[in-house]
Amino acid sequence: MSRPQRSAAPLRLDLQIIADMIEPRTRVLDVGCGDGALLAYLDRAKGVDGRGIELSQAGVNACVSHGLSVIQGDADTDLKDYPKHSFDYAVLSQTLPATSDPKGVLLDLMRIGRHAIVSIPNFGYWRLRLSLLMGGQIAIPDGNAHRWHDTPNIHPCTIADFVELSAELGIRILRSVSIDRRGRIRQSGTPRPLANLVDEQAIFLLRKD
Amino acid sequence: MAAEDALSEAEAPARPGLYAEFGRDQPFKLDSGAELGPFTIAYQTYGKLNAAKSNAILVCHALSGDQFVTGINPLTGREGWWEPMVGPGLTLDTERYFVLCANVLGGCMGTAGPKEICPATGEPWGLSFPVITVADMVRAQKLLIDRLGIEKLFCVTGGSMGGMQALQWAASYPERLVTAVPVATAARHSAQNIAFHEVGRQAIMADPDWCEGDYLRRGKVPQRGLAVARMAAHITYLSEAALHRKFGRNLQDRLSITYGFDADFQVESYLRHQGSTFVDRFDANSYLYITRAMDYFDLAQEHGGVLANAFRKSPVRFCVISFTSDWLFPTRECKEIVRALNSVAANVSFVEVRSDKGHDAFLLDEPEFFATFSGFLAGAAEHIGLEPA
Repeated sequence: MSRPQRSAAPLRLDLQIIADMIEPRTRVLDVGCGDGALLAYLDRAKGVDGRGIELSQAGVNACVSHGLSVIQGDADTDLKDYPKHSFDYAVLSQTLPATSDPKGVLLDLMRIGRHAIVSIPNFGYWRLRLSLLMGGQIAIPDGNAHRWHDTPNIHPCTIADFVELSAELGIRILRSVSIDRRGRIRQSGTPRPLANLVDEQAIFLLRKD
Repeated sequence: MAAEDALSEAEAPARPGLYAEFGRDQPFKLDSGAELGPFTIAYQTYGKLNAAKSNAILVCHALSGDQFVTGINPLTGREGWWEPMVGPGLTLDTERYFVLCANVLGGCMGTAGPKEICPATGEPWGLSFPVITVADMVRAQKLLIDRLGIEKLFCVTGGSMGGMQALQWAASYPERLVTAVPVATAARHSAQNIAFHEVGRQAIMADPDWCEGDYLRRGKVPQRGLAVARMAAHITYLSEAALHRKFGRNLQDRLSITYGFDADFQVESYLRHQGSTFVDRFDANSYLYITRAMDYFDLAQEHGGVLANAFRKSPVRFCVISFTSDWLFPTRECKEIVRALNSVAANVSFVEVRSDKGHDAFLLDEPEFFATFSGFLAGAAEHIGLEPA
């Protein structure tokens, strides 16, 4: 497995967008932090006091052995242990559709962080729609890594679905950034309807008052 | 330093290792209410304390451990108990850190315990030694740390009962340590673990040579009782998979079963060997006292029943480590600690290391364990700008 970057290696685009939303010297909880790339970057570039939760043993070990504060845990069960507003930001990148209770997880994030930053793969992306419409088969937005029966994304949602759920839960979308296949970035407050069709993933900065 | 408290080679010329005396001016108060007059702590150090005295790592030993962490133990002639962990270039790198370990209160390797001479009577304490707790052990260690002029320990660590002490340190003296690494441990001793300890104690007390605890004065040793206690305990330190891999149903020096009660099976012979060698190096009464201290350990209880309260506003960076096949101090017990730490937003890492070696995994060569531990220490050292030795 890849090691978290200790040098100034470039961050994956979606993680860079998340990092750009985070103010320096804040407290960040990265839920599903993987190999700790985002946490390592935030520590190095922004002086952030970061913590992580990661399901995979290999990911946790890689993080801790590189000096990051990470625990092995599960977004669905372990978020309830954290007190209200114990972090400035609670980050969940690409993991929401893989949780068994996305709504509960989202509310936990809003409780733990003064802000939450959530990124999702967009199941409304036109190629996925086309695949279902023309090919009659479910397409998965992570390329060819998974098929319908083994994808961890058990709760697929589109940008529009996410916007609707946020409104329903009284969560304000302060910023949204979406990315298309070529890595072109679209920024706005609430995402524009076009993004739901042409962009592959979206990142939201959220707040609940 | 008061003159009568000074370390004195002359006082104990024949005993190897380092010794410090405490409690002469003021008796040492124990949780039980009893007081300990002048008493000795035996300890060992490895590596060099840096000028800022900021690179000290206190290793806390487990039930059957002692202060001789690495190298040959001069009292037993055996290898140190944390040989793969402590030394130049190893996880607790003695070229970088100053590692120290003290024999626990109630122990039998030079620190005050039932085997030592009671100053008031000039005879071995035996069962007149006061019952001690994990918190007492830690308070005694703090006296030593104060004596050595160490304001802040870089790390307190240990496995099993050593992990309990690390947790107690973090709870009692949060300002005196930078990091705590409790390994294969729990914030309280479970009913099952108390039960196993009781089996061991009963085995010792059932041995007629125990003499109601007075065996030292009568020139006897409750060898059979202590050996059985060790045999039973040793099973709990392993895992079924490890036992099976090591021994299976293999027979010991024979081609077929003998229809008798000899050690037909290798596993029996192994356990008998574990029992008999333990008797040579460990004091039976010490075994009673230390197991009792573990049984009494319940960190939540001394904080209003809420474990999290033990760590509120703690500045300590924690790294909790468990092993998958440890059924004596299972991962779920470690996760209780992690949960409590998270609930007060403490700085905590947690890793469950995959191993089939059971509870004893923390003593063995487990590369994943070492990588995690040394990485955590390196990160913390960088964070505080730790000066080299």
